Amino acid sequence: MSGLSLFVQQSINGLTLGAMYALLALGFTMVYGIMELINFAHFSVFMVGTFVALYTFEAFGIFGQSTILHGLPLIGVLLAAFIVTMVVCGGIGMSIERFFLRRLRAVKGPASMITTIGISYILSNSVLLFIGGQGFNFPNPIPPVRFHFGQAVMQVEQPLIWVVSAVLMLGLTYFVQATKLGKAMRATAQDPEAARMMGVDVDRVILTSFFLGSALAGAAAVIFGLYYEYTNFYIGFDAGLRAFTAAVLGGIGNVPGAMLGGLLIGIIETMTSQFISTNWAEVVIFSILVIVLVFRPAGLLGRVAPNKS
Amino acid sequence: MPLDATSGLLLEFKNVNTYYGDLHVLKDVSYEIRHGEIVSLLGGNACGKSTTMKTVMGVVRPKTGTVTFDGTPIENMPTSERVKRGIAPVLEARRLFPRMTVFENLEMGAFMRKKGPEFHEDLERVYELFPRVKERRNQLAGTLSGGEQQMVAMGRALMARPRLICMDEPSMGLSPLYVEQVFDIIQTINKQGTSIFMVEQNASMALSIAHRAYVLQTGVVVLSGTAAELREDKNIREAYLGELQVEGAKAEAQ
Ligand SMILES: Nc1ncnc2c1ncn2[C@@H]1O[C@H](COP(=O)(O)OP(=O)(O)OP(=O)(O)O)[C@@H](O)[C@H]1O
Ligand SMILES: [Mg+2]
Repeated sequence: MSGLSLFVQQSINGLTLGAMYALLALGFTMVYGIMELINFAHFSVFMVGTFVALYTFEAFGIFGQSTILHGLPLIGVLLAAFIVTMVVCGGIGMSIERFFLRRLRAVKGPASMITTIGISYILSNSVLLFIGGQGFNFPNPIPPVRFHFGQAVMQVEQPLIWVVSAVLMLGLTYFVQATKLGKAMRATAQDPEAARMMGVDVDRVILTSFFLGSALAGAAAVIFGLYYEYTNFYIGFDAGLRAFTAAVLGGIGNVPGAMLGGLLIGIIETMTSQFISTNWAEVVIFSILVIVLVFRPAGLLGRVAPNKS
Repeated sequence: MPLDATSGLLLEFKNVNTYYGDLHVLKDVSYEIRHGEIVSLLGGNACGKSTTMKTVMGVVRPKTGTVTFDGTPIENMPTSERVKRGIAPVLEARRLFPRMTVFENLEMGAFMRKKGPEFHEDLERVYELFPRVKERRNQLAGTLSGGEQQMVAMGRALMARPRLICMDEPSMGLSPLYVEQVFDIIQTINKQGTSIFMVEQNASMALSIAHRAYVLQTGVVVLSGTAAELREDKNIREAYLGELQVEGAKAEAQ
């Protein structure tokens, strides 16, 4: 392949990975923006999502890559997989907040964060114990259509992933900018006590941010499965760490920042793997993170937090 | 002032004790605010003025004692319910939502209300009172000057169509010109029918517009009376109208 074709190829792949990281990064950034909490459980909610999606496909009789659907049945099954996975993940995220983190909210210090790490391991080890530690073949009913741009190849899944991600991110942006609950969410992130004194139910806002963030992790999980046609009990940590990095790179707490950071990390990852070596991908990703943070501690689109006390 | 102290009571604190952990901040305090009044709460730093406001709004709860609003005990009600019943805050140091526009801040003030024609009526009223706020409605609140922010903070409270506005140091950090403007507007709002409970350190300004006042010292109400009485009180003149005294001393020295 020529250099240009390789570049086009890796841009296509990078945008796809980046869209997935962006969806996953949004969950980190929304929870952090409101509670200043890094929710490590998010890694495992995403991983559980891949299994929820896997079983949803299997419930429709779709195993591995042997069942190919077309037209309405295909759209219906994909829609079902996305909706079921998003709702289940959203529910798990809400339960984590409601039953564990809410009780710790008044506690200062790292108790909440450590709790999220604990929940993350409990979830991944539960999958290991009850489902298994091997890799699972992830069902994919999409016909193997390919588009050629010179020597570069685009699988039909890729534009599909872009469209789904764009719709979800536009929907989230609309929700946060224009709806009453979305505005309450922004107000709570900026000054929780003042928001309460306007009448905002802060508990409900926090629960909503967990639901939305986790539901987006669910969407990212379906995308992960369809793209890699594979999952196992620890995929959450690799993808999750990149998504978390994306959130910090874009400016943690900042919604457009998470989207930008996700796309950048995706593209950096594929370009480095192609033009340097796969082994260097993480070195480059985290070097860029460190350099950006040294010069812009608040991330690309973030603001340095005003001193609250 | 009406002699029948129980008639027309809008807000009443009765033997309220508020704590932060072990720190006893409000010690057995009682206040009364009647319909239509401006009542000022005077006191030095850290005596519990903001804590009083937070106790009214319900973001801190008293350990003992009752808080009654318009005849209903509210000390166990969530903040949102109090806002719905007609209590709105103007917070210390404005505390706008800095990365939301001025208009969105006003919308947040009306959070507990339906966004019908009444919302637009109230918006027009706020814009009329504060033409500057209307000019700046699409600007991010955090980029306004201190005086403009105070206008937005008052406008935001009015958007709740409240019966009682609780103001925490509305003059804080403002130039004398703005302070006068702010106090003029507080009087206007009051004349339009909203009662006002106002914390202030600027005692002379506060007593110039208040009907009555309480003096709080390390969490204890040490003095109360009509504004006229307090203006004449010797202790008050010495302790809280220090500026006057200093000016007087200067005049004497010359
Ligand atoms: N959230 C809190 N947790 C613990 N202590 C608090 C808290 N808020 C206030 N305090 C303490 O309670 C006391 C009263 O505080 P408050 O804010 O009511 O004072 P204030 O009269 O408003 O003072 P200022 O004039 O400085 O605004 C202070 O000693 C303060 O340190
Ligand atoms: Mg105060």
